[in-house]
Amino acid sequence: MSLTGLFLISFLFVHLIGNLQLLANDGGESFNTYAYFMTQNPLIKTISYGLYFFIVLHAIQGLMIAATNRSAKGYKYSKKTKENASWSSKNMAMLGILVLAFLCIHMGDFWFKMKFGSLPMKSYAGFDAEVTDLFGRVMIAFQEWYIVLIYLIGLLALYFHLSHGFQSAFQTLGLNHKKYTPIIKGVGTLYSLVVSIGFAIIPLYIYINSL
Amino acid sequence: MKLTLKIWRQKGADKKGQLESYNVEASEHMSFLEMMDVLNEELISKKEEPVAFEHDCREGICGTCNLVINGRPHGPQQGTTTCQLHMRHFKDGDTITVEPWRAKAFPVIKDLVVDRSSFDRIIQAGGYVSVNTGQAPDGNAIPIEKDTALSAFDAAACIGCGACVAACPNGSAMLFTSAKVAHLGKLPQGQVEHAARSKSMVDQMDTEGFGNCSNTGACEVECPKEISINNIAMLNRSYLSSIFGSNK
Repeated sequence: MSLTGLFLISFLFVHLIGNLQLLANDGGESFNTYAYFMTQNPLIKTISYGLYFFIVLHAIQGLMIAATNRSAKGYKYSKKTKENASWSSKNMAMLGILVLAFLCIHMGDFWFKMKFGSLPMKSYAGFDAEVTDLFGRVMIAFQEWYIVLIYLIGLLALYFHLSHGFQSAFQTLGLNHKKYTPIIKGVGTLYSLVVSIGFAIIPLYIYINSL
Repeated sequence: MKLTLKIWRQKGADKKGQLESYNVEASEHMSFLEMMDVLNEELISKKEEPVAFEHDCREGICGTCNLVINGRPHGPQQGTTTCQLHMRHFKDGDTITVEPWRAKAFPVIKDLVVDRSSFDRIIQAGGYVSVNTGQAPDGNAIPIEKDTALSAFDAAACIGCGACVAACPNGSAMLFTSAKVAHLGKLPQGQVEHAARSKSMVDQMDTEGFGNCSNTGACEVECPKEISINNIAMLNRSYLSSIFGSNK
């Protein structure tokens, strides 16, 4: 869980940096050529298959562990307490399922349409190949308020999932230290905030601009 | 002070249980268990079945008392066992819910009493510590740094009550097992079998049907001896080295 989790965490940052190019005011040139590079480069392709594999592995392992843990607890207390652990740490499986559901919608809308759908092609001066106009699809999608809402809910779930997951991964690997664990916890919270807010800016910016 | 208690009543291991309400008049100077004694005396005088609950030393050192009070193992007071929790932490007119430890590996025997023999089997799985036979060794023959001795002692403070399992949403026994592994593994005398001991205790923990640790940290908050989850990280390290280490 921890190793696949940390891999997925590091992916999110790269994904965020790439996607922030959506905010560039150049008719999608930088984003579309970047998307083209990401789908053509053999190294990136290999890593992306690894990524799909690790997402599936993380999800399956997570669900299996959650099922074991649920049955190991058995009976629930009739009086619940909130005072001994954070809400997100107790709801990692539920948050993970939300993130996975969001991921399915997200992949279906953009990745599937780009790979197998009929998105229009576009060419730019200074770039030899014709590229798929993924930028145009993103611009259309984020004009719909309900798609923006789905993204915000997905990102909120991601924030809570990461805010526990980041520091939890280190603890699972046995990396606990008087001096460094508080730093890891701080970095984890900051990282979750940066990633979720960073991604949330994109649909919000496009939606507000389209009004 | 007048209190309403909602107590888990269950006639036997294979019987169905439910919460039942009782009224009790207690003094704020009583411990929680003394309040339970008052209730039981009333029940006995009314020819009713008293509530079964476990207790022994009533000094907070034996780890026998085990009540989940308002959803919190050993009640709301930090670093305190049920027997050391006093009624002054409650208010007149309060309704208090009292339930047994909940985990599949801790089946209810009767009312608030659970079977914790799975902990004994985890301890047995730990095996032995290698020592030289012969005369008793000189005191301080093995130099141990003060900080090391203190942290080993902190782990050894575990009284094996099972509050960590009761608090854990996954019913995991990682805090207990890690405390037992750490109090030997942090000292030079315990080093010889450290990795192997970690492996066999974790394996036994899984066999008993305890859940997996998801680092919620609820165990260390509820632990009456305030055992830290640093010990869990140490157990994770020694478990990894028992699998990938070269001495296997």
